Amino acid sequence: MEKIARNMLIGGLILGLFAAGGTALVAVTQLATAERIAENQRQALLDSLNALLPPGSYDNAISEDTLQLHVPELRADGAPLTVYRARKAGQPVAAILTTVAPDGYSGDIQLLVGINSDGTLAGVRVVAHKETPGLGDAIEAERNAWILGFAGRSLLDPVEGKWGVKRDGGVFDQFTGATITPRAVVAAVKRTLLYFRDQRDALFVPAAQEAKHE
Amino acid sequence: MSDPSLRKISLDGLWHNNPALVQVLGLCPLLAVTNTTVNGLGLGMATLVVMLTANIAVSLIRNLVRPEIRIPVFILVIASLVTMVELLMRAYFFELHKILGIFIPLIVTNCVILGRAEAFASKHSVGHAAVDGLMMGLGFAGVLILLGAMRELLGSGTLFAQAHLMFGEFGHHLTFSLGSDYHGFLLAILPPGAFLGLGLLIAVKNIIDARMAEKAAAAPAKPEAPAAAVGDEAAV
Repeated sequence: MEKIARNMLIGGLILGLFAAGGTALVAVTQLATAERIAENQRQALLDSLNALLPPGSYDNAISEDTLQLHVPELRADGAPLTVYRARKAGQPVAAILTTVAPDGYSGDIQLLVGINSDGTLAGVRVVAHKETPGLGDAIEAERNAWILGFAGRSLLDPVEGKWGVKRDGGVFDQFTGATITPRAVVAAVKRTLLYFRDQRDALFVPAAQEAKHE
Repeated sequence: MSDPSLRKISLDGLWHNNPALVQVLGLCPLLAVTNTTVNGLGLGMATLVVMLTANIAVSLIRNLVRPEIRIPVFILVIASLVTMVELLMRAYFFELHKILGIFIPLIVTNCVILGRAEAFASKHSVGHAAVDGLMMGLGFAGVLILLGAMRELLGSGTLFAQAHLMFGEFGHHLTFSLGSDYHGFLLAILPPGAFLGLGLLIAVKNIIDARMAEKAAAAPAKPEAPAAAVGDEAAV
């Protein structure tokens, strides 16, 4: 009996030592890479924001000048809507909203919708999606120029009733074999434009002022 | 247990006892990520690094660990290594990591790695364990790359698309395309294409093995028949 207990104790101790050793190694690696990973993430975010706004069109730290809002109509997933604000000399240039299209062919399509302060679209990009490879994934800018067609559009171009894919009487192309995916994206972009039209002034309130407001 | 020759270890890993084609282990990541060559290459390299280091580590500690706790200890070692590889990938191959994302942590549960740790590294010297890890990893990565290339070529009509995620600017020159006229064979990229592709690869390997066995039987003077090499792995 005593022997079994002793063996269990030794086994447990060895296991504990290995757990501690493994954790230590992982901790060291994390410490060594944390800064670089954070920098990568920041750079990746900046790259995707800069894809929508020409460099030099703004002069603020866009990735830090943000709002977190609760907007269920644009974020059906319940997560907060992040708004990145671009300004030049303090004047609003554009806002980039992290809209989600909840009605894709398979799950949420996460978008970045950039809207200039005059209400025209600076551009739209897909951040993440689970659409069918080879069909619905044509919404990615690397695969198809379709998503670039949003740039310059607004609620007046096309007029509101034409904001849809061609099959629904709108002006936007669908893809061969995939209508649901572009339909979801077009609808989400339109909702974002409507939201921007109604909330434009509130979206550009400077961060400091907003803090006082609360 | 005596160490087998390095030549035999290498041939086993690459061909006779290939982790993907013969042991048919680690299929979840194998089938899931191989829709492009670069994805296959990325996961293949990550698995190779983990396998090599896990085999070395397990072989180093093989006399410290009591048999009753060896499995949890091996898993601890493998999990620590995988987490380190993941952190390093996020630091140095950030874009690629975004694509391979969830499959990197899943390397922990890739049974090939625990399988080699338990069946080989825990019983052999460090040098042999390292060669075994390297060769098994190469065998696994080779199948990942081949399957990825097959599916990408058939499915999208390209090879090494997005290679710049791994190789930087140089990667753009690696990308080969059949041209924009090729519309792609969707099935090859979808999950069924993975199963069909792997099935074809296994079949081709078996045909080659059968041919080699025939040749060996026709020329009985040659002592090393591949069938024997496959046979003794059955004990593992």
